[in-house]
Amino acid sequence: MTALPRAVGADSSAGSAGAPGPGGGPGGGRRDPLTLYSDVIRQRWRRPRWRGELPDANAVAEDVNPLCGDRVRVMLRLDDGTIRAARFLGDSCAICTAAADVLAERIEGRPSASPAVETLDLLEALGADIRPSRMRCVTLPLSVLHKALGASHAAR
Amino acid sequence: MRLDEQTRRDFPILERAVNGRALVYLDSAASSQRPRIVIEAMSRHYERTHANVHRSIHTLGEEATELYEAARDRVQRFLGAACREEVVLTRGTTDGLNLVADAIGHTLRAGDEILITEMEHHSNIIPWQMAARWSGAVVRAIPLGPEATLDLEALERLLTSRTRVVALTHISNVLGTINPVSEICSRARAVGALSVVDGAQAAPHLPIDISSLQCDFYAFSAHKMLGPTGIGVLWGRREVLDSLEPTRGGGEMIKEVWVERADWNDLPWRFEPGTPPIAEAVGLTAAIEYLEKIGMESVAAHESRLAREAVNALAAVPGVTVHGPPAERPRGAVVSFSVAGLHPHDVAALLDAEGIAVRAGHHCAQPLMRRLGVVGTSRASFSVFNSPEEVQTLVSAVAGLSTAL
Repeated sequence: MTALPRAVGADSSAGSAGAPGPGGGPGGGRRDPLTLYSDVIRQRWRRPRWRGELPDANAVAEDVNPLCGDRVRVMLRLDDGTIRAARFLGDSCAICTAAADVLAERIEGRPSASPAVETLDLLEALGADIRPSRMRCVTLPLSVLHKALGASHAAR
Repeated sequence: MRLDEQTRRDFPILERAVNGRALVYLDSAASSQRPRIVIEAMSRHYERTHANVHRSIHTLGEEATELYEAARDRVQRFLGAACREEVVLTRGTTDGLNLVADAIGHTLRAGDEILITEMEHHSNIIPWQMAARWSGAVVRAIPLGPEATLDLEALERLLTSRTRVVALTHISNVLGTINPVSEICSRARAVGALSVVDGAQAAPHLPIDISSLQCDFYAFSAHKMLGPTGIGVLWGRREVLDSLEPTRGGGEMIKEVWVERADWNDLPWRFEPGTPPIAEAVGLTAAIEYLEKIGMESVAAHESRLAREAVNALAAVPGVTVHGPPAERPRGAVVSFSVAGLHPHDVAALLDAEGIAVRAGHHCAQPLMRRLGVVGTSRASFSVFNSPEEVQTLVSAVAGLSTAL
């Protein structure tokens, strides 16, 4: 795992996790580890293609998931209203890493004013049974992206 | 008969399945389960004896008061405390630690020092940071020494005439380390500092003789020791409690009130404003009775055996690192571990798919996580109902994780 420098002013607004459901009840159905983690999650966890430094980034943000201490940094190169390149770094679980990887892939080339990737898009791409207790693992990269875009917007 | 064979059927929740498997509950350090007699005692109270306590001049009120105050007596005996006035019933460990940090905090001045340790739970860090922030005091920490102990040589250096409070955990909720509480508290007293002990992981696990611990305050929760949520204990040495001003006001904590002033009630009610957790007190009594019937020595022996077996077996799994003291050292009922290449939350999710409940993450001990150089750990913790077979189930499942993701 890549160690990240300490976050400056990290806040804890990483989206809403929602209340956990009542569970399966007595004898609740079998939860298959294979649907818990899809092939997409496995592949992107083992070999995330958009993880790494982005030396010429001009919009950067970082945040933590207060539930688990996971930390994600999103680095963007913005040019003429377009996200030209996106990378992420993170001390994060498989779901969070995969979500960040999908997100970075999707937003490259999109307009920085509205990259148009939402939680539902990520959930669909991940194709797994993401439970309420893990929803923040999916939304953390997204909220960090918005933080990075918001900061760059405010700077202008 | 092994302890778990005696007790297992007393816990209704252990009859349920999780994800198609028999539940293997290894998260008692976060919150234990309750035996039927605790649940029934609380139901019976609500069905038969519930009313508000203390100034109720009617039969139910008197019965409820008797039950509530009986919990205090039971706790006094459980701890071997000198008198019932030393037992303040709180909402839990966090509440007790906040209460004492608030009360002591009001006596601190700029330049005073509060000494905590690097292995504290956030609930024994943050209240002291808050007290320091408004008093101008400084928070320092005893660092970790070798083999997951506290560095007592550093304590020598850190403990000075400026130290007003030493706050430490009896048993680390992550490492399982059992700290030399009586030695540290005696040394604190020698420099004139008060000592505050977080007993959340110790009171459910070990026989406690409060006078031998040499501390001034000791806090723990009922829900980690087979009792209900919402109630805990703050034991305080009588003369120290007596010297502190209450910081929370309301009904019950006063003797007489005028518009502009009030006289405080006697101990311990001075520190118990408002309607207390009454049914929870009934549940706490039942939980202590249950534990005492087993005997705390037997509880400690059973849980230590499970922890030792888990440490040895997990450490033998390739890619697994066990945190905390070596297996032959005394430890609490918790075993934290890391699996190479897997995040602790993924470990917990994959184990849950096998019906095994463990805790994963930073365990509200981020300074310790930073010291260990990990984002988090996975943690198995044990109670009276856990069996050596469940330890084996855990170890086999962990051994299968390397190919799971």
